[in-house]
Amino acid sequence: MSTATDRRLPDDRVPDDQVASGDTSTPPGGRSGRDALSEMSNPHRARAVKDVVARVVMWAAFFLAVVPLVWILGTVIGKGFHMLTTSTWWTGNQRNVNSDDFGGGARHAIEGTLQMVGITALIAVPIGILTAVYLVEYGRGHLARVISFTVDILSGVPSIVAALFIYAIWVTAFGFSRSGFAAALALVLLMIPVIVRSTEEMLKLVPNELREASYALGVPKWATVVKIVLRTAFSGIVTGVLLGIARVMGETAPLLILAPYTKNFQRDLFNGNFPTLPMMINQDRGDFALATAAERMWGAALTLILLVLLLNVIGRVIAHFGAVKK
Amino acid sequence: MSVSRISALGAIALSGALALSACASENNGAAPGAGSTAAGSTAAGDCFSGDLKAEGSSAQKNAIDEAIKAYQTACADANIDYQPTGSGAGIKQFIAKQVDFAGSDSALKTEPKDGKIEADDAKAACGTEAWNLPMVTGPIAIAYNVKGVDKLVLNAEVAAKIFDGKITTWNDPAIAALNKGVTLPATPIKVFFRSDESGTTENFTKYLKAAAPDAWSYETGKKWTGKGEGKEKSAGVATATKGQDGGITYVELSYAQQNQLAMAQIDTGSGPVELTAESAGKTIATAKQTGSGNNLALKIDYATKEAGAYPIVLVTYEIVCSKYADAETGKKVKSFLKTFASDEVQKGLEAKGYAPLPTEVATKVQAAVDAIS
Amino acid sequence: MSTVTGVSAADQTPGPDGRRPLQADHASTGRVGDRLFGGAATVSGVFVIVLVTLIAIFLIVQAVPALMDNSANFFTSRVWAPGGEQPAFGILEFLWTTVTASAIAMLLSVPVGVAVALFLTQYAPTWMRRPAASLVDLLAAVPSIVYGLWGLIAFAPVFKPVQSFIEDKLGWFPLFAPTGISGGTICFIGVVLAIMVLPIVTALSREVFDQTPTAHKEGALALGATQWEMIRTSVLPFGRPGVISASMLALGRALGETIAVTFLVSALADGNPWSWSLFNGGETFASKIANNASEFSNPNKTGAYIAAGLVLFVLTFVVNSIARVVIERRKAFTE
Repeated sequence: MSTATDRRLPDDRVPDDQVASGDTSTPPGGRSGRDALSEMSNPHRARAVKDVVARVVMWAAFFLAVVPLVWILGTVIGKGFHMLTTSTWWTGNQRNVNSDDFGGGARHAIEGTLQMVGITALIAVPIGILTAVYLVEYGRGHLARVISFTVDILSGVPSIVAALFIYAIWVTAFGFSRSGFAAALALVLLMIPVIVRSTEEMLKLVPNELREASYALGVPKWATVVKIVLRTAFSGIVTGVLLGIARVMGETAPLLILAPYTKNFQRDLFNGNFPTLPMMINQDRGDFALATAAERMWGAALTLILLVLLLNVIGRVIAHFGAVKK
Repeated sequence: MSVSRISALGAIALSGALALSACASENNGAAPGAGSTAAGSTAAGDCFSGDLKAEGSSAQKNAIDEAIKAYQTACADANIDYQPTGSGAGIKQFIAKQVDFAGSDSALKTEPKDGKIEADDAKAACGTEAWNLPMVTGPIAIAYNVKGVDKLVLNAEVAAKIFDGKITTWNDPAIAALNKGVTLPATPIKVFFRSDESGTTENFTKYLKAAAPDAWSYETGKKWTGKGEGKEKSAGVATATKGQDGGITYVELSYAQQNQLAMAQIDTGSGPVELTAESAGKTIATAKQTGSGNNLALKIDYATKEAGAYPIVLVTYEIVCSKYADAETGKKVKSFLKTFASDEVQKGLEAKGYAPLPTEVATKVQAAVDAIS
Repeated sequence: MSTVTGVSAADQTPGPDGRRPLQADHASTGRVGDRLFGGAATVSGVFVIVLVTLIAIFLIVQAVPALMDNSANFFTSRVWAPGGEQPAFGILEFLWTTVTASAIAMLLSVPVGVAVALFLTQYAPTWMRRPAASLVDLLAAVPSIVYGLWGLIAFAPVFKPVQSFIEDKLGWFPLFAPTGISGGTICFIGVVLAIMVLPIVTALSREVFDQTPTAHKEGALALGATQWEMIRTSVLPFGRPGVISASMLALGRALGETIAVTFLVSALADGNPWSWSLFNGGETFASKIANNASEFSNPNKTGAYIAAGLVLFVLTFVVNSIARVVIERRKAFTE
């Protein structure tokens, strides 16, 4: 593709909105628009100028965008990296480490975040994929429209509202205590629409010929969906799931309301306070004027980014090996 | 096209792997690098094992963190968590039975507010009377950032006018009159207030109202009613003040210290008083106890004119059930608060920006803690 | 297959009935399997409906009593004093801040994001494309709290002088009038949100631009179009629905962003005069709720915040719906 786009034939008289045919004079052969510029008459020149301007604008936009983005990564890595190299970071917790004490570990929060996001995915992924399957493969008429509509509504629920809703149901109405699981329930609400929408798009891309061929062979519909459609869309679905995980992994607002932080190890999702990386960041944010707390905060932020990155890599590997061989 | 035999959804496998990876080896020991500042003062036999949950005022966070560290150092099986989410949140979660005790910058209210009486709700949640136990006293600093001004004296009236937007530049004659010999710049004053509801705001406005009733006409409360620019939590106002020439705010002493902000001296009528643990302690010592028996609400005389007393202080309470429905929880709360109220821990708090409880009050608190069951 | 109805052409062709004459054993296992699998899919879909209905009921049940007691106009008042004897609350300030900050974020991030996506797919040297695209994808996955921290600690001190400069030079213009708010202005929030959603716009747009059929592009070039003309006539029209949905996703994020805005924003004191200035402070819906969520002490007060949440919810939903309608229209035209 790149070879095609690198060729420019800047000598045609092209009306504003459509590519006109007609003029077939040979191009002046200059590779860049700027060379061609000098040799051209006025309308040609205007087009070439536009082309050059567009090129410059694209490059400028890229650098404009890169500056803050690299600045952010640089800040997080620069301020957080040395925490990750301390001996306790990957093994210890924050027990008895107060804001003005140095170091401590993040393992409790890493485990907590993975566990919470894991249980969230365990609930949200099947519901999301099945709903998408319904919308694309089974749904017709009113029910499908209503479901599609409600998925849209669900994607509009702000995280803080989702958290208040779960608090009202789980804590106020059912009388359970706040816990990691309660927060996971709120995250499920945020994750379902992401997965439904991305899976839906992927299922729609599966060519109908595949389905028809399968039916023609007498394969039942459910087996066609599971073995043909879902298999074909597999890598795309994994990408969607990862998007959903990345979306909820750094969510802080629901945790503030539903999962109080603990500095200790905590494996029980249902009882007691629960350690997570966003809450660890949030806790140290309160004291970031202290160098000790600030370092920990940036360290936890970097750890969170690395975790998201790691899941992406794992997901790509799964998608790669799970993809339909051509 | 070939279809693989594996038909399990990879995504589920992925999430399963996540859950598995979360089950790793147990390592619950104290993290290295955490030096113990306050010596464990708990008798070894008194340790509990398990979780104790508390939530509330952020003003006492650094103090209770020290107490928790002292306790946990002595008792390896105890896990104590304190969420510094705010006094109101602490009381709310205490009433909702989400936490075992609450931290609050004001005692449980006995008059109805927003249609509810906190003390009654807490009593209903406990099944027995809920007690307020004053545990930590923290001075509130009027912290400022004005280039070239290292020493600043204010009195209640001028402070009220500044925080109400009536005085707008640093070289205002009212400020100059209190600061003879100091060159004040013409920088505009930028007031920063807490945008979240806060016990610090409540105590600070109580001071303004008590000491300068003419200049501060607003109701006192957790929500800021003066002028200025709102920032979230103590860290927010402290950071904003640090980054703004001409900025001023009210914030707990420990945050002013963390951010290396200059703190105004307060002239109560008997000369400027610098903020120290000692000068704040003098005001605390004049506080009157209003509760009955073991319920120890304190009433601070914000308008105190005593020489050498720094008047802007807050008392933060632990709110507990006098008798817990679950005897085990009662034991845990009692055991931990005993450590918190102990002389060793209390003395260590001065270094963290808190003023000590007057001996007389401390003795009563210790007796009250002993009576928890 | 129609994207409007969500019905696949595959449904119409064979159908369960059409398969009956086929092998009996296949057909019968198929029916049981179909009933189970199709049933599970239907149940999931219905579950989503139930969930959304519950949320709606929850919001309305909590919001309505508070709204009934409200003594101020909910939409036009700037007072926020819920709870108490005489609750009075209006959302005008949050609505203005939320919408304006999100609009700034969109104005900055959509053109730049699309340009970067075009750059990555059409202009960038080949060696640069993959690493640059991975960088953008990584940044799209960076949690918003990290953008917030960066905004607070690294970016705010840099933005402040820029703001005072604009206030000095253009302060006569109402949108840039100085208001005495030093940091955490609507404009600052908008810029941070723009940077936060830029990778989302870029990553999604890049994906659709990449899928432009080569035939379209080569066709344009073969007809003598310059590169820019080729992009304008083949890449952009092809990618437009994708760009719109990416922008709407980004806008949804900007409108609902909670934690970063909470610690960046400058709240206004009660009775602050109204200003059109972008350099004024003011909380957004999400930050106002989050900042006060821990103090929801009575139903009336909670109800007021929930009512505000309901508005945010409706706002986000309307934005999503518009995007969907626009995309479906486009598709109907092109198909």
